[in-house]
Amino acid sequence: MPSPTDRRYTKEHEWVRVEDDLGTIGITDYAQDQLGDIVYLELPSPGTQVKQLDKLGEIESVKAVSDLYSPVSGELVEVNQEVNDRPELVNQSPYEEGWLVRVRLADPAEVDKLLSAEQYDELIAQAQET
Amino acid sequence: MSSGQASTLRRTALYAQHLALGGRMVPFVGWEMPVQYKGIVEEHHAVRQRVGLFDVSHMGRLELTGPDAASFLRGLVTYDIAPLEVGKGHYALVCQEDGGILDDVYVFRLADERFLMVANSANADRIRDWARQYLRPSLQATVEDRQAETVMLALQGPDAHRYLARLVPPLAKGLRPRGCAEVSLAGVTLFFSRTGYTGEDGIEIILPSTAGIILWKWFVEHGVQPCGLGARDSLRLEAALPLYGNDIDTTTNPFEAGLGWVVTLDDGADFIGREALLRIREAGVQRHLACLKAQERGVIRPGHAVLHSGRRVSELTSGGFSPTLGVSIGMAYLPTELVSVGTELQVDVRGRPLRAQVVKRPFYKRPKAG
Repeated sequence: MPSPTDRRYTKEHEWVRVEDDLGTIGITDYAQDQLGDIVYLELPSPGTQVKQLDKLGEIESVKAVSDLYSPVSGELVEVNQEVNDRPELVNQSPYEEGWLVRVRLADPAEVDKLLSAEQYDELIAQAQET
Repeated sequence: MSSGQASTLRRTALYAQHLALGGRMVPFVGWEMPVQYKGIVEEHHAVRQRVGLFDVSHMGRLELTGPDAASFLRGLVTYDIAPLEVGKGHYALVCQEDGGILDDVYVFRLADERFLMVANSANADRIRDWARQYLRPSLQATVEDRQAETVMLALQGPDAHRYLARLVPPLAKGLRPRGCAEVSLAGVTLFFSRTGYTGEDGIEIILPSTAGIILWKWFVEHGVQPCGLGARDSLRLEAALPLYGNDIDTTTNPFEAGLGWVVTLDDGADFIGREALLRIREAGVQRHLACLKAQERGVIRPGHAVLHSGRRVSELTSGGFSPTLGVSIGMAYLPTELVSVGTELQVDVRGRPLRAQVVKRPFYKRPKAG
């Protein structure tokens, strides 16, 4: 299934959906599939300043732990409490209910540096060939 | 076996079934095995709540036959298997001369002069060669390797017995725990044992490969959840069952691993490692395998350092997330003074100290059958 076109992607398999100056961030379906059953999430608190492509937190699955990177710079304003209590939401609904954090964008133009849905799909197609 | 694309990994006869069921294949001790199908947690819960099916064909299967088979086998393993009844099995260890553990195995008596020994897949060839090496020509016994021509399935969970009853009505009254039986079905000989590696009730089945594929499909068609190596590990860890290569190996002796109960030293029979184990029992152990439970979020994993009062005392031999308990668990060899239940420890998880506590073994015990 092609990745949703209403958002942009990083090479590290995060997505950001921008509405005005607010960016909702999560991980892609490919990422949750690779990780397997997610059991813990380490996410920063609201008020934290984040920078594009800096480490945002960690996602721990039964198999392994993976670093989470921020697709955008700005102030973290909201954390999805649902996924804290039910990490399996990220596996079940990575693009909707399984969103992770919201960031108030410091520089909306940054988003242009990220991959489009098409470019991201190419990236994972190549990864699966190897 | 392997065909088509070049692959140095071995494949069981059920390989095509795993692919057809969406199994995610990974290398495991030289075999290409499914780590999961639907997901580790879902498969884990299926076994605890209903029934799950594992392909364990990569495990070693040796048949020892002959008038001297019993005494030969007694000399190979730590447990006194000589008085084992026909139709019974027992857990045992194969040790080296210095008492270090070469493998943990299951021995079944099929007849007065016929035994089956099931070994870990990692040690299958080594144990077979070890047995043949120790088989003196003067002994009337043979060692046959049954792995290549058979499939081995583990059907595990509270509902497993229902499938056994449907499949083999004569066994509907069930096998005794650790009991085994050979049954002829449609001209094929099947071996059943009431054993497993999950902490749930269940059966293990050995049969010729072609029939094994048919049986696997029959279980799946009748609603049994296929389960992979991921769930196999989380299930056995909750049951605090040791994993060879992690919790036990040639550097560990049975007593410090809590396996003294399968070492028979007082029957007078000689076995490989007996002298060393007598000395170790006499001297007592300095450390002991203990169960650790995390007291906060995070997953403790094999290799993570264990600290007591800031001092590193050990490292985890096993670790992971427990779906049944909803928290992380693990095992480590601790100095004997720290082994008591309730001892507060810390596990170094990627530089962060995670609070953990020694708990009573096992982490999970299945409810008594109603």
